[in-house]
Amino acid sequence: MTDSAVELTRGFKEGKWTAVETTQLFLDRINANESKVHAFLSVDADRALADARKVDEKREAGESLGRLAGIPVAVKDLICTQEWTTTCGSKMLETYRPPYDATVVEKLQAADAILIGKTNLDEFAMGSSTEHSAFGRTHNPWDLERVAGGSSGGAAACVAADMALLSLGTDTGGSIRQPAAFCGVVGLKPTYGRVSRRGLIAFASSLDQIGPLAWTAEDTALLLETIAGHDPADSTSAPREVPSYSDTLNQPLKGLRIGIIEDHFEEGLNHEISQAIQTLIQWLEDAGAIPEPVRLPHSRYGIATYYVVASSEASSNLARYDAAHYGYRTSNEDAAENLEAMYERSRSEALGNEVKRRIMLGTYALSSGYYDAYYLNALKVRRLIRDDFESAFQKVDLLLGPTTPSAAFRAGEKSTDPLSMYLEDIYTVLANLAGVPAVAFPCGQTGEGLPISAQLWGPAFEEGRLLQVVHQFQSHTEWHKKRPSFS
Amino acid sequence: MTTGIESKDVLKVAKLAKLQLTEEEVKRLVDELSQIVGYVDQLSSVDTTNVAPLDHVLDVTDALRDDIVISSLPRESALSNAPKEDGETFLVPPVLG
Amino acid sequence: MSSVDYQLVVGLEVHVQLKTLTKLFCGCSTTFGAAPNTQTCPVCLGHPGTLPVLNREAIRLAIRTGLALNSTIPPTTKWDRKNYFYPDLPKGYQISQFDQPICQGGELKLPGDETSSPRTIRITRAHLEEDAGKSMHDESSGSADSRIDLNRTGTPLLEIVSEPDIRSAEEAKQYLTELKLLLTYLQVSDCNMQEGSLRVDANVNLHLQRGDELVATPIVEIKNLNSFRAVERALVYEAQRQREVFEDTGQRIGEAPKQTRGWDDNLQVTKVQREKEESSDYRYFPDPDLVPIMLPESWVTELKSDLGALPAALRERLKTEFGLSQYDADVIVNQGPDMVAYFEAVASNLKDAKRASNWIQQDVMRTLNDMEYSLADFSIKADDLAKLLQLIEAGELDNSRGRDVYQWLLDHPGTPEEGMKALGIASVGSDDLLDLCKQLIGEHPSAVSDFKAGKKQALGAMIGAARKLNPNANPGKVKDLLSQLISHED
Repeated sequence: MTDSAVELTRGFKEGKWTAVETTQLFLDRINANESKVHAFLSVDADRALADARKVDEKREAGESLGRLAGIPVAVKDLICTQEWTTTCGSKMLETYRPPYDATVVEKLQAADAILIGKTNLDEFAMGSSTEHSAFGRTHNPWDLERVAGGSSGGAAACVAADMALLSLGTDTGGSIRQPAAFCGVVGLKPTYGRVSRRGLIAFASSLDQIGPLAWTAEDTALLLETIAGHDPADSTSAPREVPSYSDTLNQPLKGLRIGIIEDHFEEGLNHEISQAIQTLIQWLEDAGAIPEPVRLPHSRYGIATYYVVASSEASSNLARYDAAHYGYRTSNEDAAENLEAMYERSRSEALGNEVKRRIMLGTYALSSGYYDAYYLNALKVRRLIRDDFESAFQKVDLLLGPTTPSAAFRAGEKSTDPLSMYLEDIYTVLANLAGVPAVAFPCGQTGEGLPISAQLWGPAFEEGRLLQVVHQFQSHTEWHKKRPSFS
Repeated sequence: MTTGIESKDVLKVAKLAKLQLTEEEVKRLVDELSQIVGYVDQLSSVDTTNVAPLDHVLDVTDALRDDIVISSLPRESALSNAPKEDGETFLVPPVLG
Repeated sequence: MSSVDYQLVVGLEVHVQLKTLTKLFCGCSTTFGAAPNTQTCPVCLGHPGTLPVLNREAIRLAIRTGLALNSTIPPTTKWDRKNYFYPDLPKGYQISQFDQPICQGGELKLPGDETSSPRTIRITRAHLEEDAGKSMHDESSGSADSRIDLNRTGTPLLEIVSEPDIRSAEEAKQYLTELKLLLTYLQVSDCNMQEGSLRVDANVNLHLQRGDELVATPIVEIKNLNSFRAVERALVYEAQRQREVFEDTGQRIGEAPKQTRGWDDNLQVTKVQREKEESSDYRYFPDPDLVPIMLPESWVTELKSDLGALPAALRERLKTEFGLSQYDADVIVNQGPDMVAYFEAVASNLKDAKRASNWIQQDVMRTLNDMEYSLADFSIKADDLAKLLQLIEAGELDNSRGRDVYQWLLDHPGTPEEGMKALGIASVGSDDLLDLCKQLIGEHPSAVSDFKAGKKQALGAMIGAARKLNPNANPGKVKDLLSQLISHED
């Protein structure tokens, strides 16, 4: 058929194939590959085929068809779907069926997309490897012994393993971009407020954004322009028009000033990644862009700031899992007549270690006597970090650097050392703290054949500029056409 | 840097967060939180004099809605995810007034 | 204790449910009394992924209240989370306002009465927050579980916090009465304590003079105050209790942690509420799901011009424009804006506004009370009462027959004139009156001679007899004519 979503929907609209055929093809691939990768927490073939049939009928009836008509889309299991359980990768919500659909899910449906499955993640999106899922880890299609990254590991791996062309992830500190990097696909975190958070189960409300993952910038643009836009049901959603990202992909790069973040090429960065990005910079220069060095003086405080802010918000956001109104409740007898015991046992039995660790850290940072030193101070440093970006974007149009310090690591390698796992996000958390958009895209491979990823940042609401660069890079290179050979 | 997180601090925070920890978990969390908090303590070296805290990255204000009633959920679906209910209300172990 | 040697010091926190159609952060109805869990949605049930969107009307009502309390309305206000676990709080936190409340500072003037002079109680702040649901525990049901109803969850509350300026239980009641009256005039709340739309917590301690030193006892917060009477009684009880505890322990403020006690209305005592050590650490922080709200001066000015007449101003008006006493003005104003309008409509048609005030206080209010009517349901409209009182003023009726007409008007549709006709209160003509008086003089020779001897009250028996002969004869006119005739007999 094709591995471009843009061509897939075009072919469908032109009558070259039906939505049922397309959906069946992807279901067959899931059947073949899922047992090795474990990208999904739920796949409902009957429902997907039924939805596909409806879209086919719509086409037959000559009705107007949506932007994603006939394309199967995977959705991270942190995003609410009324017809599917939404587990967050947690035992707490193993059987939870939300009473409503997320705004992005409504938009997918309105665009005639076909929801093919809910993807695996680190529990409540807390993690960088998708090892912290209560329902088993996701394997990296490029090397099954390695992690897919996280928390949107399933969202990235299902694209890399050809089980979906479009996938929705969420990004709080790098949760779209880091797995996109590890799995060799494009992953974009939009500007804070660009995509509605209604129905995105909150990890850290001031940082969370839903975003697209796909092979190409073109497909990423297609999915982003479908899900973006103001939502009156999300107070933090930006009341701004959504530009057509697809229409600006070919605008020339000539004269585009690209800031190379020097701070991110210093200690800790893998040499092969550094090399690959130097090659990318050379390509950009050849294409007429103007690279220039830029510093973000507070970027080294990113991880510390991020962990205080994100954990504090998480400790409050996850207080709702109290076993009273939905979710897991302990069957322990002591808890039947004692409310405190019911709370404590239920939460302790159903939440995983990483989640507990962050709840503990966040509760500590907000508690009386520590608030000013940790939480309030982190918010001040957060402003300094944002100011760094604002000054940088006075001088340059985009910023460029690596997505991750190294390529995909082996499963189990970092799971015993939380801090080393946290440092995985060192280059990605900044975009969330500053609220700016950033895209990760493949730009090379390591000697071991693992994908290497570059990261581009733009000023708020300049997603189009990011995709323009990635698209033209992809038009001249082959990295996005590399496929893992696991099958 | 020593942060002085002790098991009594861990227990106090766990109580606030409604988590029941085993002795082993308490021990592990003393170590892990000490390490993380020790790392986070680098923020205290940043000069934040006269820096206002940033609680919203976006300049959106005044997200308001009109006072118009929207139909509520049928009770059945309000209760549908409840671990324990009696058809009318959510049931929890006794709340002592 | 023979004489009171301490000063009671009280600050009140009043939670007022605002009269919005929908909840603070979602579109669910706030109507009271619906079947449990039928007025909920994913937002107020606290479902994962849901987000709050603020109700503009709640902001308007809060500003209105603040302006009436002379509060400062800041240029922006923001939202914070107050974190604690409770089954009636499904998110595990309450959205409230911590450091930037919508109303800052302010005051409430108490008018004073026969026993107390006017006072001003300072207001610390008033902030908006969402209400919790209800947990019900019925021991007799045989079930160990508590039942949770989340209909009320998310209803907008304005918490009005006073400074510790209140000095007696009586004054606490006056404060609450005046506040409730103000809120009623502002139409911001139903203030119905039975339905929980007005709830009170009190912070109480004592100041005692010990030699040269003024000593303060530890502050106690009293909850569960479900009526103004409960507030009064709890404060009286608590003053005694704290006095006794101080005698026993000598503990001063700061030497014991702040205690929370609940008022037990059955036993008429305050009881310590089980307070866990950590429960007071609410870990407030700015709610990232809500953005700041701008309160532009133009809006505040517009709301200020729209406040309408408030109790203090109305009392003054009734005194200066209608010549009522402070007491009468209070009674009418305390009945609410509808009664003031009713009074003004009646009184402005009369020569003597006092007559309107008397009739309203003695008759109208009693009827409303007996029949549990509100003024809106009351069948005698202001025009009809005004007409009736005009007839009395013109001497067409005496008060006693006037009350018969009033009663008739309660029972029948129609005008006062129609009532008079139906009751046969035709005006007695002057010839008939002359004949009646002549007959009386003929039949009561001894009363006539007593009157001539200077006993003015001797006419009383003849007036009583006149009523029997002709109930429509106006006793005043009978009296005047009798004395005229007897004086001219010689």
